[in-house]
Amino acid sequence: MTLALYVPRASVVHRVPAGAKLLALATLAIALFWLPTLAGAAAALLGTVAVGLLVARLPVAVLARQARAVGWWLVALLAVHALTTDLRTGAQVALRLLTLVLAAAVVTATTRVSEMVRVVERLCAPLRLVGVRPARVGLVVALALRFIPVLVERADRIRAAQAARGGSGRGVRALRTTVAPLLVQVLQMAHDVSEALDARGADDVPSRPRRRRTQEAPR
Amino acid sequence: MKTRDLAYVALFAAIIAVLGTLPAIPVGPVPITAQTLGVMLAGAVLGARRGALAVLLFLVLVAVGLPLLAGGRGGLAPFAGPTAGYLLSWPVAALVIGLLTERTWDRYNVLVGTLVNVVGGLAVVYAVGVPVLKVATGLPWAEALWSGAALFVPGDLFKAFVAAAVADVVRRSYPVIERPRRAAGAR
Repeated sequence: MTLALYVPRASVVHRVPAGAKLLALATLAIALFWLPTLAGAAAALLGTVAVGLLVARLPVAVLARQARAVGWWLVALLAVHALTTDLRTGAQVALRLLTLVLAAAVVTATTRVSEMVRVVERLCAPLRLVGVRPARVGLVVALALRFIPVLVERADRIRAAQAARGGSGRGVRALRTTVAPLLVQVLQMAHDVSEALDARGADDVPSRPRRRRTQEAPR
Repeated sequence: MKTRDLAYVALFAAIIAVLGTLPAIPVGPVPITAQTLGVMLAGAVLGARRGALAVLLFLVLVAVGLPLLAGGRGGLAPFAGPTAGYLLSWPVAALVIGLLTERTWDRYNVLVGTLVNVVGGLAVVYAVGVPVLKVATGLPWAEALWSGAALFVPGDLFKAFVAAAVADVVRRSYPVIERPRRAAGAR
């Protein structure tokens, strides 16, 4: 599992700050919904593809993949509009959809995950007022990313253990023999991890007195 | 929030991500995936607050550019597409399931859990997803309802049952939702 949709390139688009790219994307979306013309949608699509392929020099496959994902919808849209309204409206709606999806793909492919996380942290800053600590947001993101491979490994292990006992690991019965034990196991693991984090000072104020304080000799 | 709660939130975001790697069943434009199962589980196991946050965290991870949606999709594109409403409905679904699960905690069983999951995991999801689908695509209501809700009812009902069955086992062996205060006082 490759854990990023980022495509490294040395381009102007890559260097634009993440916040600005997100703002541009939002502006494009609003513009496309407020000015529903076929020519406008076509121009926006051409512009997006030009920026993605020529300026940011992304591989065609990056955009083609997202286009394929909505391909079904585009066909259905054209068909339904051809039957109910007219083909022109159908084409306009389909182009608008394709443009937005591709523009979003360009932003994602040209922006590092770490930059996006920083934008998220900055967006979370006003939530300080309601008690959210932005640094904890970074911690929880890191935890989730680390848990993904751990979960896959634990699931494999339980499946192997069930197979060794002659269980199939499939069907509704597997819920009780495999899925539920796995969930309990990983809940316990998450609990252990949180205690380990607290022991290392992840929480500013301990929620309860620690049972044991490990004495470390000064170096 | 305690660090333990953060760890649970991160864990369920990861669980939803891993469920996205299970093979999806393609039916028409939107595939049936196991990820809504993860959303239901988040609400039913963690409760309203932590469940909704877990789903929100998962969506943030997707939005910042990780390919965690079923079929390896990710980034901002899915939020611009016609099925964006479903994604945005997920945190609300987990919240509603969590609230109802907390309310029924003392008499929770597979049947109650399934009903709770149907309310949160089907009704809420369709109520947000279908109108967004209609606006984004300009489909007539009948088409939007068919391709955006009706096709998924059997699969989603099954997932609601599965999530309830799992949540029931977890409730008895490793409960994460705390007992309601009044019950604790009665003891």
